[in-house]
Amino acid sequence: MTKETPDESRSGRGGRRTRLTPARLRPRDVVRVSAGGLRARPARVVLSALGIAIGIATMVGVVGVSSSSREDLLRQLDRLGTNMLTVQAGRTLFGEEAKLPVTAPEMVRRITPVTAAAATGLMDATVRRTDRISEDVTGGIVVQAADDELLDTLRGTMAAGAWLNAATERYPAVVLGSVAAERLGVSRPGGQVWIGGRWFTVLGVLAPLPLAPEIERSALMGFAAAEQYLGFDGHPTTIYERSADEAVEDVRAVLPGTVNPENPEEVDVSRPSDALTAKAAATGAFTELMLGLGAVALLVGGVGVANTMVISVLERRKEIGLRRSLGATRGQVRVQFLAESLLLSALGGVVGAALGAVATAGYAMSNGWPAVVPPWAVGGAVGATLVIGTLAGLYPAMRAARLSPTEALTTT
Amino acid sequence: MNGTKKVVELVGVTKVYPGDVAALRGVDLVIGAGDLVAIVGPSGSGKSTLLHMIGTLDRPTSGTVRIAGYEVGDLTDRELSALRARHLGFVFQQFHLAPGTSALDNVADGLLYSGTPPKARRERAAAALERVGLGHRLGHRPHQMSGGEQQRVAVARAVAGEPPLLLADEPTGNLDSAAGAEVLAVLRDLNASGTTIALITHDAEIAAWAPRRVGVRDGRIVTDERTETAAATPATTAAKPAAKPVAGPGAETVEAAR
Repeated sequence: MTKETPDESRSGRGGRRTRLTPARLRPRDVVRVSAGGLRARPARVVLSALGIAIGIATMVGVVGVSSSSREDLLRQLDRLGTNMLTVQAGRTLFGEEAKLPVTAPEMVRRITPVTAAAATGLMDATVRRTDRISEDVTGGIVVQAADDELLDTLRGTMAAGAWLNAATERYPAVVLGSVAAERLGVSRPGGQVWIGGRWFTVLGVLAPLPLAPEIERSALMGFAAAEQYLGFDGHPTTIYERSADEAVEDVRAVLPGTVNPENPEEVDVSRPSDALTAKAAATGAFTELMLGLGAVALLVGGVGVANTMVISVLERRKEIGLRRSLGATRGQVRVQFLAESLLLSALGGVVGAALGAVATAGYAMSNGWPAVVPPWAVGGAVGATLVIGTLAGLYPAMRAARLSPTEALTTT
Repeated sequence: MNGTKKVVELVGVTKVYPGDVAALRGVDLVIGAGDLVAIVGPSGSGKSTLLHMIGTLDRPTSGTVRIAGYEVGDLTDRELSALRARHLGFVFQQFHLAPGTSALDNVADGLLYSGTPPKARRERAAAALERVGLGHRLGHRPHQMSGGEQQRVAVARAVAGEPPLLLADEPTGNLDSAAGAEVLAVLRDLNASGTTIALITHDAEIAAWAPRRVGVRDGRIVTDERTETAAATPATTAAKPAAKPVAGPGAETVEAAR
C-alpha cells in the first residue's frame, strides 16, 4: 500500500507527484467477485450454463461412446488374436474352383512358426431339421468336414455339449455353429438333424466365433464321417493357421507354396482380424456428424451465455458505477465481466463433461462395452468452453468497461 | 477556517453536456482539509455535476480540478481510478449494497481496488463498521437492516480506506428523518476525527446543520457561508446517538440466526 502525502506543491502547475498506479486485483479476488455476481442470479446462471452443458455433454458422449465401442473391438481383437491366417482354395487359371491338396494341413503344420492349424472341407450336402423339409431350404447353413484341432485354432469355446474328438469324428454326429444352431432351433446336444439323407446326432453347439463367421453358419462333422456317410473327397477348402505374432507376414509369404506347391496362384490367403481392425478404425466416421451436432449445440449455448452477460451488464450499471467510484479501472471492470462469463461457461463445461461421461458409461454398460472417455475429449471440452466463454464475454465486458461512472450511477 | 491544506480546488470549472446544456458555468471552489461542506441547491442547479467533478467521475469541459494535489486533467482514466481508490470515498443516495452479502463483506469489498490484502480488508471493514456504530451487526445482510443502518454500512464502506475526502450525494434522501439523523451524526463524528466531507443536498435544514454551506444555482456558486461555531444539529439528531440504533423489524430472527 502506498500512501501519498499530498503536502507540498498544492498549487503546483502540473502538480504531479507520486505517480498514481491502480492496485492490481488478486486472481482470487477476481474469481470471488465474479462468482458473487453469478450467485446473485442463480436461475439464469443455471439455464445459460445448461446450454453449454448440453453441447459439451453431446460431444463428450459421442466421443466416449465411439471410443468405448472401438475399445471393445480392440479388446475382442486382443482376445482373438491377430495372428491367424486362413488359406482358401481360389480359382484355377480357367476360372474353375480349385481344390487344396489333401496333404495341405499337414504341410502347413510343418512351417516352423506355425503353432496350430486346422482344416475344413465344404460339402454339397444340406442340413435340415427333418426329412420333411424341402432340400432347397438350407437356411444359409452349410455342411463342412472339420478336423478336431479347429476349435483350438480358432480359440473357440462350446456353448453346449462337446467338440469332435478322435472317436466321434467317425460317427454320424455334428457340432453346430452358433448361428446354425439358432436357425435349426437346436440349442442343446442330443437332438438330431437331417443331413444328406440320414440322421446325424448333435454333439454340441459352438459359442460365437467373431473371426470365423462362416463356421458359425456350419454343421461340422469329422473328416472320416464325411467321407464315409456323404462321399466327401477329403480335399480341404479352408485351412486356419496360427503362428507367432511376429512371424505372421513371413508365414503368409510361404503359405501358398507350401499348401499347393504345383499351383500356388490357386491359393488365397487372408487375415480375418483385418476385418475387425478395419471396423475398429471405421467407428470414427459416424462420430464426426454427431460431433458437428454437438458443436452446434455448444455454439447456441455460447450465444446464450453472451446474451445473459449482455443483460447482466445492462442490469448492473449501478454496480459498475459503484465499482468505478470505489476505484476500479476500466480494465478491472472488463476482467470482472470476462471472468464471470468464463466461470459461467466453465460451469457448463464441467457439468457437461460429467454428463457426457455418465452417458458414455451408461451406454457402454448396456452394450457390455468397457466405458472409455478419452482424456483428450474432456480436455478439448474444457478448452472449448474457455474459448466460448471468452468470446461470449468479450463484447459484454467491453460494454461494461466503456460505461462512464456518472452514466452508470445516474441511471435509474 | 480549519483547513490549511486544499483537498479540493476548482478553478473556473465549466461543464457543458452534449446538446449545449451548461451544467456548470465557471465554478471556483476550495475545500480545505477537515472541512464539512454542504453543497446545497435545487434540482437542476448543477450540484450533482459539481459532485462528479470533485469525485473525478467526470472531467470538466474547461477549468481546473485539483483533488488532493493532483490535477484531474493531467491524469489518465487508470490514474483517476487509483486516485478514487486512495483519496476519495463515496456515499450515494441509494446504498448500493450487495444483497445477500454481510455488512462486513460489503464494506471489505469497498477496499477491493485499494490493493489491501484480504485479511486486512476485513479488519479495516470491522473497524469502519465500529466507527459508524454497527460493530454489532457485522454479519447482518442488507435486508436484515433498517435503511439508516444500510446507509451507515455504505458510509463505512466509503471510509474504510480512510480517504482524506468523503463525498456524500443526498445521503439522507432515501431515509426518514430519524434514520437521516443517524447518518448525519455519523458523518459529523467522522468529520470530527479529521475526514473532510462534502455533502450534496437539496434540503436546507440539512445544509444548515453543516458548518460551511455552499449554495449552487444555475451552474454557479451563489453563496458560501461559514458558521465558526458548530451549527446546531437538527432536532432529531441530538436524541439519536450513533452507537446504538433501535433494532429494525426482524431483528429477533436475525439475532437468533447468528
